[in-house]
Amino acid sequence: MEIGLAHYLAVGAILFTIGIFGIFVNRKNVIIILMSVELILLSVNVNFVAFSAHLNDLAGQVFALFVLTVAAAEAAVGLAILVVYFRNRGDISVDHINLMKG
Amino acid sequence: MADLVSNITAMAPEVFLVVTALVLLLVGAFGGRRMAGPVNLAIVVALIIAAGLALRDIPNGSLELFGGALVLDHLSTFGKFSALIASALSLWLAHGYLKTENRLSAEFGILVLFASLGMLIMVSANDLLSLYIGVEMQSLSLYVLAASNRDSLRSSESGLKYFVLGALSSGLLLYGASLIYGFSGSLRFEGIAAAATGSGSGSVGLIVGIVFLLCGLAFKISAVPFHMWTPDVYEGAPTPVTTFFSTAPKIAAMVLIARVLFGPFHHLVADWQQVVIALSVLSMCIGYLGAIMQTNIKRLMAYSSIANMGYALIAMASGTVQGLSGLLFYMGLYLITTLGIFACILAMRRSEGMVEQIDDLAGLSRAKPGLALALTALLFSVAGIPPLAGFFGKYFVFMAAVDANLTWLAILGAVASVVGAFVYLRLIKIVWFDEPAEPFVPASFAQISLAGVSALLMLPGAIWLLPALAKWSQIAAAAMFVHG
Repeated sequence: MEIGLAHYLAVGAILFTIGIFGIFVNRKNVIIILMSVELILLSVNVNFVAFSAHLNDLAGQVFALFVLTVAAAEAAVGLAILVVYFRNRGDISVDHINLMKG
Repeated sequence: MADLVSNITAMAPEVFLVVTALVLLLVGAFGGRRMAGPVNLAIVVALIIAAGLALRDIPNGSLELFGGALVLDHLSTFGKFSALIASALSLWLAHGYLKTENRLSAEFGILVLFASLGMLIMVSANDLLSLYIGVEMQSLSLYVLAASNRDSLRSSESGLKYFVLGALSSGLLLYGASLIYGFSGSLRFEGIAAAATGSGSGSVGLIVGIVFLLCGLAFKISAVPFHMWTPDVYEGAPTPVTTFFSTAPKIAAMVLIARVLFGPFHHLVADWQQVVIALSVLSMCIGYLGAIMQTNIKRLMAYSSIANMGYALIAMASGTVQGLSGLLFYMGLYLITTLGIFACILAMRRSEGMVEQIDDLAGLSRAKPGLALALTALLFSVAGIPPLAGFFGKYFVFMAAVDANLTWLAILGAVASVVGAFVYLRLIKIVWFDEPAEPFVPASFAQISLAGVSALLMLPGAIWLLPALAKWSQIAAAAMFVHG
C-alpha cells in the first residue's frame, strides 16, 4: 500500500482532535494543556508539510518552520505565566482555576 | 536593492516602532525603575508619531510589499491609524494608573508597543503567513499584559485563562490556514482568490478551512460562542490593560477578518455569510443578556463589547461595500466611546484603592457632576439613543443589512439594542438617582480629558466628526472592492 496525501491528512486530523480533547477533557493539570497545544501545532505542521510535498510548493514548508518558531515562543510565554500563577496560587490543578466564574 | 529600500520606506511606521522598541528596551533594561516612567511616556509619543506616519499618502491607492506578503491600502491606513491611537491613549491612561499603584515598569509600555506592531501586520496582511505572524505577535504580548500584575492572583489567573484559550484559537486558525493552503495551493490571498473563484461554489476542503480560520479569528474579537475568556480576562486584568484589550486588538482583528472575507473569499459570500450571521446573532443576544446580571463594571463592559462585536458582524454579514464601510464606521465610534467609558472607570478610585462594583458609582452626579455627565453621554451613545453619535453607527449597520436583504437581522439587532438600553440605563440610574456612596479621589488629567473629549465627540455638537468618519470608512472600504 502506498502512503498518500490522505494518510498524512488523517494523521494530522487525529492529532488535532486528540489535542482539542486534551484541552477540554483534562481536569488535572495545566501542563497537560500546554502539551495539547503543542500537539495541535504539530498536527498543523504535518498538514502543511504533506500539502507542500503534494503541491510541489515550498511555501508550506516555510510556514511549518515559522509555526515551529512561534510554538517555541508560545511555550515560553505560557510557562512563564504558569510560573507566576503557581507562585500566587501554590497549585496548578485545572479545577482550581475558578477565582472568576466565566 | 532599490526594491528593498522602497519596501522599507513604505513600512515607515512599522520600522520606526521596531527601532523605538529595541532602543527603549535597552533603556528600560539598563535604566532600572528610574527610567520606567519616561520610557512609557516616550512610547505614547512614539505610537502617536507612528500613527501620523501611517497617514502618508499611498501612490495608486494600493501597494504590495515584500513580494505580496503585505499590502498597503486605505483599509490598512484606517486600521493602523485607529489601532495606534487607541494603543497610545490606553498606554497614557495606564501610565497614570501604574504610577498611582507604584508599579511602573518599562516592560509594560514595550509590550503594548510590540502588540501594536502585531496589529500593524494584521491589518496589512496579504497572505496566510503574515496573517499568522501578526496575530501571534499581538496575542503573545497580550497574554503577558493580562498577567502583568505579578502579585495578584486574579491577574495571573486571567493571564493563564487568556493564554490557554488564545493558544487553542491560534491552533484552530492554523488548522484552517493549512486546509486553505492545501485546497487552494497558495498562501497568497490572490492565489487563494483565484482558486476559490475557479472552483465555482468552493470545494468542501476550502469551506472547512474558512470555517476553522473564522473560528480562530472570532476568538480574537470575542464573538459568541468563542467569548468564554472575555469576562474573566477583563475582570482579572489590571483596568488599563482591559481598556487596551477592548479597543485596539478589536479593531485590528475586525479589519483582518474583513480583509480575509472580502479579499480571497469574496466569491464565497453565500458560504461564509451564514457563519457570520450565526456569530452576530449569538453575540448580540448573549452579550446583552449576560450584561444584565453583572455587578462588576469590568465584566459588564466585557459583555457590552461582546454585543458590540455582534453589531459590527451584522455589517460584515451583508458582504457589500456599504456593509464594510458601516463596519468601519461602527468600530471607529466604538473605539472612541469605549476609551471614554474606561477613562471614567479608571477614575473610580477611593483612598484605599480601585473599586469596580457598579454600586460604587451610586450618586456620582452629586460628587462629580462633570464625570457623571460625560459617562451619561457615553452610555446613551453606546445604547444608541438618537441624537448621539452611537445611533448613527447602528443606523449605518442596519441600513447595510437591509440593503443586503437581511432585514430580519436588522430587526433582531434593533430588538437586542432595547435589552442593551436597559443595561446602560440601569447604570445611568445608579449614577444619578441612587443614594451617594463614598466619593472618589480626584481624577487625573488624562482621565478627565479623555472622558470629556470622547463624550463631546458623541454629542450632536461635534457635527464634523460623523461625516468625516463616514467618508474615511467609505474610502477604506472601497479599497477591498477595487478588484472584484
